[in-house]
Amino acid sequence: MNLIIMAPLGLAGLLGLLLAAKSADNVMYGHGLLLTAFCIAGVIWLIRRDGNTGRTLDPTAGDMDYNDEVIRAGVIASTFWGIVGFLVGVVIALQLAFPLLNLDLPWTTFGRLRPLHTSAVIFAFGGNVLIMTSFHVIQRTCRARLAGGFAPWFVFWGYQLFIVMAATGYVFGVTQSKEYAEPEWYVDIWLTIVWVTYLLVFLGTLRKRREPHIYVANWFYLAFIVTVAMLHLVNNMSLPVSFAGAKSYSLFAGVQDALTQWWYGHNAVGFFLTAGFLGIMYYYVPKQAERPIYSYRLSIVHFWSLVFLYIWAGPHHLHYTALPDWAQTLGMTFSIMLWMPSWGGMINGLMTLSGAWDKLRTDPVLRMMAISVAFYGMSTFEGPLMSIKAVNSLSHYTDWTIGHVHSGALGWVGMVSFGAIYFLAPRMWGRRELYSLRLVSLHFWLATLGIVLYASSMWVSGIMQGLMWRAYDALGFLEYSFAETVDAMFPFYVIRASGGLLYVAGGIVMAWNVWRTARGDVRTEKPYLTAPAAATA
Amino acid sequence: MFDHGKIEKNSILMLVCTLIVVSIGGIIEISPLFYLESTIEEVDGVRPYTPLELAGRNIYIREGCYNCHSQMVRPLRDEVERYGHYSLAAESMYDHPFQWGSKRTGPDLARVGGKYSDDWHRDHLVDPRALVPESIMPGYPFLSTSPLKTADIADHLLANRGVGVPYSDDMIASALADLQAQADPDADGTDGLEERYPGVNIRNFDGAAGAPSEMDALIAYLQVLGTMVDFSTYDAKANER
Repeated sequence: MNLIIMAPLGLAGLLGLLLAAKSADNVMYGHGLLLTAFCIAGVIWLIRRDGNTGRTLDPTAGDMDYNDEVIRAGVIASTFWGIVGFLVGVVIALQLAFPLLNLDLPWTTFGRLRPLHTSAVIFAFGGNVLIMTSFHVIQRTCRARLAGGFAPWFVFWGYQLFIVMAATGYVFGVTQSKEYAEPEWYVDIWLTIVWVTYLLVFLGTLRKRREPHIYVANWFYLAFIVTVAMLHLVNNMSLPVSFAGAKSYSLFAGVQDALTQWWYGHNAVGFFLTAGFLGIMYYYVPKQAERPIYSYRLSIVHFWSLVFLYIWAGPHHLHYTALPDWAQTLGMTFSIMLWMPSWGGMINGLMTLSGAWDKLRTDPVLRMMAISVAFYGMSTFEGPLMSIKAVNSLSHYTDWTIGHVHSGALGWVGMVSFGAIYFLAPRMWGRRELYSLRLVSLHFWLATLGIVLYASSMWVSGIMQGLMWRAYDALGFLEYSFAETVDAMFPFYVIRASGGLLYVAGGIVMAWNVWRTARGDVRTEKPYLTAPAAATA
Repeated sequence: MFDHGKIEKNSILMLVCTLIVVSIGGIIEISPLFYLESTIEEVDGVRPYTPLELAGRNIYIREGCYNCHSQMVRPLRDEVERYGHYSLAAESMYDHPFQWGSKRTGPDLARVGGKYSDDWHRDHLVDPRALVPESIMPGYPFLSTSPLKTADIADHLLANRGVGVPYSDDMIASALADLQAQADPDADGTDGLEERYPGVNIRNFDGAAGAPSEMDALIAYLQVLGTMVDFSTYDAKANER
């Protein structure tokens, strides 16, 4: 069995050596060697472990032999990449306020670090959370061990290699320049191999399930995995300049390339950051609230309408551009319709708390999940609003878009991920409870305040920017030069960076809490408000 | 009566149904762009980038300029007055990939070509705040000191031809010579360059002697942006079909 896995690993390792030897640039040289090192480490690891693929510590798992070790690794990786991603975000936010921080070195300018930030939070943090939770949810809801022995480990470590290759590539100037699809062709091929393995592990586990029905969370995970595969393959089609050179040219050009990219880009939001995370909502909110999902029928309507409508919304990133009008109008129409399934999902998540609303007071983990769903509702209202052409003519190209993205990313994606991590930490390490509920509450407030500062400062700066660009003076001339509009942004960029700083601080508090929980410590603290009696006393 | 339970109990059926449902939107929105003639207007003047401009474009991409600068003037009164004629689809038909951008932390660059002198661009790229005190752009002093990698430029043209840019055999054969000639007005063989790429700017863009630097290439690219179409003769009505 091991030989079947070791052979392709060995071949990939040789290929890495070949790439390094023939490399046309330093990045390819480094990445070739990295691939070889990865494969050697994999083979050594396979020999040492020899069949021992992890054991269950979860006290609620009963006699099931779940693969929880890969989920423990996921908790660590998610927490680590989260902090890295948030931190790079703060750095580039400060660069916009204080441009000296660019250092004017090739590796530290905003242009190279911004993709590092977006990829670190979306793919490194978000991706690890999705892989971790999907591997947890599917085992529990199918009552079956993850399929494929070492395959889940290949998905986990292969994905980390993808992150490292993408991130180092950006810093050294390797990019396709397609937003959220910046990694070059060879990194894309590697991700495709990892992703197909991920799909096979997921389908293989579904096949082994001991429950007749596939639970709704898994529909969303499955849609996320398969749609991201489709988007990734189509948007990244390109022709490399040489076999061992990093540079490639995109297959499409101009207007076709633009719509393909934003069909990808918007559905990176729709399927990576929404469908996948709705899978998290559909499992962890009911578990934490100890209530069933509000409406089974609503989840069916939610699922099919969401996956059908989302894919059309891409053109709203290209309003008033050289994209044909008919495509813009179609994109706008579907973006507005998308409001309905989004709020259907929000209602399904929030109403799951009916009968358990009091727990918002006593359970800060549940509170974190609830506010994430609330932020989901807010940003999925703001999105359709901004997709209206008249609004978009003002908001597009401004910081309003940045604020909108972050109320979704920090509020929805971040908070629901933190909720899942707090849910998993004690269970995956076989502990009875978290190290500290008070620290969860502190994290909640740090993150929430951070988001409020972030979103409100970007609303003001974005709308102000849009208005200043189109302002005319009494004589009919443009009132402001571009440089004046840049100057006006300064205070808001400082406020935004401070909001980001609070959010990072929250992440560090979480890392501390998770680490102590894993060690089995319990903080000596005044017990968190537990019974209503305490309030009346 | 349709029974959703069937789909819920069969993972492959679920997978296939999902794949069908998520494919529809993209097929209907994107594929017509490849065959509807009205998608890209017919217009004179748009030509493939010269080897030096292409190398400059690759530096623009490498440095992530698209993160802060759009290249897409929308047909709105203030934008047309601030930046110039609204962008045409034809103007980016050889852009693999497109550089329309999504954010204007800095101004739009679709028509920046010819607006500033080469010296201005050089000084501004080295130290933006020396020329524009309010600017928050990073400085790129290392572009002046980095010699441009030119050895594989013909392969770059070839790869572009592979994805549909009409580079001729002649263009590919003389790619390296064209690249060097464009940055050196005293060189021989600039005639051929002008024939192959009508309207090309031939100048020592960075003002420094010696082999072309990355600064030469980037400025050559910036100076051609938005200048290929002559809008004094462009007739938008002619494209209404």
